[in-house]
Amino acid sequence: MSGPELKEELAVATPAAPPGAATAVAAGPVPRARGRGEVLYFARRNRKLVAGLAVVAGFLVVAAVGPLLTDHGPNDYVGPPSQPPSADFWFGTTTFGQDVFAQFTHGLRSTFLVGVLGGGLAGLIGMLIGFTAGYRGGVVDEVLNMLTNVVLVIPTLAVLLIVAAYLRVRGVVPEAIFIGLTSWPWVARAVRAQTFSLRTRDFVDLARLSGAGGRAIIVREIAPNMSSYLLMSGILLFGGAVLLAATLDFIGLGPTSGISLGLMMNNAVLWSALQLGMWWWFVPPGLGITAIVGSLYIMNVGLDEVFNPKLRKL
Amino acid sequence: MRQYFQRKLGIYVLTFFVAVTIDWMIPRFMPGDPVQTMLSRASLRPEAAQSMQAYLNSVFGLDMPLWRQYLNFWGGLLRGDLGISVWLFPQPVTGVILRAVPYTLALLVPATLLSWWAGNKFGALAARRKWLDNTVLPLGYVLTATPYMWLAILLAWLFGSVTGWFPLSGGYSFSLAPAWSLEFAGSLFWHWFLPFLSLFLVAFGGWAIGMRNMVIYELEADYAHYLESLGAPRRLVRRYAFRNALLPQLTGLALQLGVLVAGALVTEIVFSYPGLGYLVLQAVNNQDFFLLQGVFLFIVIGVLAANFLIDIVYVVIDPRTRTGMRGDTA
Amino acid sequence: MSPVTLKVDNLQVWYRTLRGDVQALDGVSFTVGDGELVGLAGESGCGKSTLGKSLIRLDGRMRHVGGTVELDGKELPIGDSERMNGFRFKEVSIIPQYAMSAMNPTRRIGRMVAELLESRGVRFEGQLEELLRRLELVGLDPEVLERYPIELSGGMKQRMVMVISTLLNPSLLVADEVTSALDVSNQKAVAEALVDFRDRHYVKSTIIITHDLSLVYQIADSIIVMYAGKLAEKAPTDTLVHAPRHPYTRMLIGALPEVGVRYDTKRLEGIPGSPPSLLDPPKGCRFRDRCPLAFDKCAEEPPFREVAPDHAVACWKAF
Repeated sequence: MSGPELKEELAVATPAAPPGAATAVAAGPVPRARGRGEVLYFARRNRKLVAGLAVVAGFLVVAAVGPLLTDHGPNDYVGPPSQPPSADFWFGTTTFGQDVFAQFTHGLRSTFLVGVLGGGLAGLIGMLIGFTAGYRGGVVDEVLNMLTNVVLVIPTLAVLLIVAAYLRVRGVVPEAIFIGLTSWPWVARAVRAQTFSLRTRDFVDLARLSGAGGRAIIVREIAPNMSSYLLMSGILLFGGAVLLAATLDFIGLGPTSGISLGLMMNNAVLWSALQLGMWWWFVPPGLGITAIVGSLYIMNVGLDEVFNPKLRKL
Repeated sequence: MRQYFQRKLGIYVLTFFVAVTIDWMIPRFMPGDPVQTMLSRASLRPEAAQSMQAYLNSVFGLDMPLWRQYLNFWGGLLRGDLGISVWLFPQPVTGVILRAVPYTLALLVPATLLSWWAGNKFGALAARRKWLDNTVLPLGYVLTATPYMWLAILLAWLFGSVTGWFPLSGGYSFSLAPAWSLEFAGSLFWHWFLPFLSLFLVAFGGWAIGMRNMVIYELEADYAHYLESLGAPRRLVRRYAFRNALLPQLTGLALQLGVLVAGALVTEIVFSYPGLGYLVLQAVNNQDFFLLQGVFLFIVIGVLAANFLIDIVYVVIDPRTRTGMRGDTA
Repeated sequence: MSPVTLKVDNLQVWYRTLRGDVQALDGVSFTVGDGELVGLAGESGCGKSTLGKSLIRLDGRMRHVGGTVELDGKELPIGDSERMNGFRFKEVSIIPQYAMSAMNPTRRIGRMVAELLESRGVRFEGQLEELLRRLELVGLDPEVLERYPIELSGGMKQRMVMVISTLLNPSLLVADEVTSALDVSNQKAVAEALVDFRDRHYVKSTIIITHDLSLVYQIADSIIVMYAGKLAEKAPTDTLVHAPRHPYTRMLIGALPEVGVRYDTKRLEGIPGSPPSLLDPPKGCRFRDRCPLAFDKCAEEPPFREVAPDHAVACWKAF
């Protein structure tokens, strides 16, 4: 595959990722960074990366520490109903007297769990299929490519809808797994395109001549050369999984026990928080998701600038 | 070009086949007996429950061999029979869905097209003006990271609940009966506006960012540098870059369809807008699996059809597909 | 010598990087005569491409630090892209390294040429006849104007770009690595077309940038050898090949098996050692560390000085 075609493939493949944000990585395979030191040097100086990382880390701390600050569960009826934020209940209470802060911090945990698990699984499947298709080529590629295209076109949420509806008991982990199983195709396409271009390079030929097997070549020669791209894809997958889980939870197909940010919004709408003006019920969960996912996207722009010398501002 | 369409159609047919198969498989291969599951979870009057059980038994035909069940399923599908709604028993699912589809399309189509158009315009502008870049870009990232339902909730709260400028729920005023009158049309529009705006805004952010990045990338392309070396004015170079950047944006549109539909569903739920999203919510709350499966198939068909439309547009604006010089773009 | 088309005087162009300025072109002076075809050779990174680009369009990171360029007696405002636009295409033109991807992939070639010409205030209809004649000259069917770039082979694209770039009869043509992406037969065709264009006065003077000395040996009137951002030697082709004075040129020639017999893929990198960093170039002769003849005097920078008519060298041993 020649240069321009490869570019086309990537440009085409990436917007499938969480909306728009992904096109930044469409600029083709990023040349291997010239050393750890240089990457770190630019990383520390990149404001987008540092700011994004700080926000995400902040929420991570809240998710880790927050639940320890309350001695009740997120769904316990602990206070007077419908209270606005106060010293006792920092984020107020729901119509049923549940502590919104407790729900929020526990919900953050689910969000991170879904992101890591769902995004991670999707990344693994995408890489497995992309590397195999790109490296093996031929019939294997044809079949895997067909599979990828089919899964790419099927509306993910619609499938998750009927799968979740038939599940009697739903948890965060199965939800994450289903999300992972359905949101890998754009990664597979991008990885396949890059593998295509890398597999004919000299260093890969050299490895092949020296008797390395296919798997060893992929792990040791090809994957490291697109590690920065894989990292950025992983971040986009994380964000995508979080948004998808929130959507599913909001429709009422989230975890049957426990709490999530999407479920909080679902409950708020279901119990007329809008009409009652209980903004403290529905603002925090959405704000949390937006802040986390938005920071991740902005981090990605920063990472792109770090890895891709062309984009570095002078 | 023929090969291009054949290939595309092949994928869509295969996808439809896979989707129908999933639709058929899930109730049968999930743990438990689907008939009992449905009956136990649906809260029906006793006489309704009886006719329901008889109906379910005949539909699922679990005593038949699997291949027979599968063929029957396809048979029903091709006759337009998607089963009977539990929530609105005994109305057929197809009819229930067909009544909701116009509302969803009325939200989805304008929001999608307008956000794509406006996003591309703004993105291209942002790529050339520093101050726009510094305002549109962060805003775009925030918008595209916003869950559709949250923006819908905020808009409903601010402009529906707090200020009371717009209605909070429904497709038209409850005091009106559907009619071909100006008053009714106004009511429709009034109820339509906020859900539309919310869908539009989230999608807009993504397109603006995508276009901005693609244009910047295209301006660094070899053909752009060549034109500049030959003294072509900035205007010509930008025109080429914009047009070429539209191609990946168009592919992006095809790939975002599923996300947009999902966005429309949850937006409708927030506003109790009588489209497919509202049906989904009711189906979930009433354990109406036929309705849910029906909505699933409608969404799949809609997305595939839209994909095909986009393919046609793509052929019109990308000459390479016409000349058959491009291999794999799928 | 014939009247001078191009006069480059002490040209300095640097690249801005985060680590500091890379002095890619550090005080380069030479002239190109009317109708002269000059080969510009050197290792990759020696500044030859920077020199080529400097004459027509500085890219975003390049900065014109000092020196002047005169074309037909007028000074080229090479640091000012806006003013430079008036000269581009009409007075000075380029066949870029990336000719394979130089044409907009989504426009028919004819339409792209028309839009380009009109944007420069030249009527396409007025040029069409000439365009068709030149297409025929390089062996392209007029029908290519109706095609998209992707439908052309590499050699065809190269020739198409060559015709476009020279359509307005520029005084100076910079041909940057025009043959490196081509196979041997196409290389020969393109090289011959360059000579042909000069002979037909489509272009007055040509600078051919290449890493392949054996290519320019066949067609160039004179050859400039660059090393580490400076000129090492300039001489008429025969003199440079058979009686080079600079040790670097000698080593380059030595690295070529049977010069002139055939086009060879042998690159110039056959010399041990590597050029110095241009971020903070060493004082004195920059070839010193790789030079077998280096002596004390080389700690001082050698001037680029004429040692015979039309033959200039920057080496203490040569004076």
